[in-house]
Amino acid sequence: MRFYEYESKALFRRHGMPLGEGQIVNSTAEARAAAEAIGGPIVVKSQVLSGGRMKAGAVQFADTPDEAAAKYDFVLPIEVGGETARSVLVEAKSPVAHEYFVSVTWDGRRKLPVLLFSDMGGIDIEEVAETHPEHLSRTHFSTILPLSERIAKEAISSVGVSGGDLNRLVPIVYRLMQVFLQYDLTLAEINPVAKLEDGSFIVLDGHVDMEAEARGDHKKLLAELGIGEDETRQARPPTEFELEGARLNAVDHRGVAGNVVEFDGNLGLIIGAGGGSLTLFDAVRKHGGKPANYCEIGGNPSVGKACNLTKLILGKPGVEKIAVMMNVVSNTRVDIVARGVIKGCLEAGKDPSKVITIFRIPGAWEDEGFKILEKYGVEYCDRSVSMYEAAGRAVAKL
Amino acid sequence: MPGLFIDVKVAAEAAKDTEIAKKLVEVCAVDIFAQNDDGSLRVVEENLDECVLCDLCIDAAPKGTVEVIKLYES
Repeated sequence: MRFYEYESKALFRRHGMPLGEGQIVNSTAEARAAAEAIGGPIVVKSQVLSGGRMKAGAVQFADTPDEAAAKYDFVLPIEVGGETARSVLVEAKSPVAHEYFVSVTWDGRRKLPVLLFSDMGGIDIEEVAETHPEHLSRTHFSTILPLSERIAKEAISSVGVSGGDLNRLVPIVYRLMQVFLQYDLTLAEINPVAKLEDGSFIVLDGHVDMEAEARGDHKKLLAELGIGEDETRQARPPTEFELEGARLNAVDHRGVAGNVVEFDGNLGLIIGAGGGSLTLFDAVRKHGGKPANYCEIGGNPSVGKACNLTKLILGKPGVEKIAVMMNVVSNTRVDIVARGVIKGCLEAGKDPSKVITIFRIPGAWEDEGFKILEKYGVEYCDRSVSMYEAAGRAVAKL
Repeated sequence: MPGLFIDVKVAAEAAKDTEIAKKLVEVCAVDIFAQNDDGSLRVVEENLDECVLCDLCIDAAPKGTVEVIKLYES
């Protein structure tokens, strides 16, 4: 769950990180008043969850309150990644001497948090990693052992920062690591941390993503930041396809079938769940396939629910065929899913034998499921065929 | 709409028996059975494919009066 910049900064401020003067505003008059209160040059920043604000023109500079008010009117309607501003942040413009990048995120392969630090801040970190790898450090740290400032110090010094700059950066980076762990974040990023002309350091921009499952543990913080319980805070607003999937899932309490994420490929995926979905999605892509959607199916959804999900995916423009794949299931019945998917194909006016590229769901009641699939001429396989191979077979049929 | 995968046949005598009908409605987890106004049994066709093959209906009714047919086996 992503935080807006002003919320991320509010969180950083609670943890003693240095921030410039700023106010969140919701009208032209408020923008003018904020600029007057701050005094001097101003930055006017649209508050959206998507990246790419600067390129979209949604970050503007102003020298006077009147100009700040005009810039407010300018940035407010700008769409960034299809999203318009929730509000606008008016901040003092700081005289920057140098910019740094610091981020803490989760390394799934190492199963550890990783601290990324670069002395080339303010630009895409991917670009730095590619063109100037010596300017980016990656430092893993434990979630169990006590956190130490030494970790931050090593990460910063390993790209050549030393002396007073090192000493001033360490507490900022260390606090970011603390915030990451304390609030179950999946991302805590400051880009840039700026060294000002007077030698002090300040957080200029920040992003925070909280693990959605952890919301319940941080209700107090979220309430204090003004984040409502009904705010999903995805990186982009849900599409009609996704909303319809959620609706189909909600109308029937049995199992899960309908949590979909839309992509622009031609292979519809009925896959599940959790790690299995991720693995299968990646496998399809690895074989050169283009998924039309991500989805989660599990917990023994009803036939009707699987049927409606199938119809939804088959009805998505550009979807040519579907692949029905899961890891070995114990809490979902193979025959029930088979019935639902076949029924969905037929109700959508499609021949299941032609539109289902592969059915690879081994597990509970698979013999019964395989009888159904045979009856309708659908290619299926059991657990002797890996998820990776099944994905390859699906892609080969497109 | 009849089921694509499952059909359920109930002997006429049993279907007329309000006590049997009541039991069948009670045991079926996926609402395949309902009672008419007069208490007799009605099969809810749109729910037939939701049958989970639990056989509770077969056990609840007198032997041989309820039959669950897997249409995909025919």
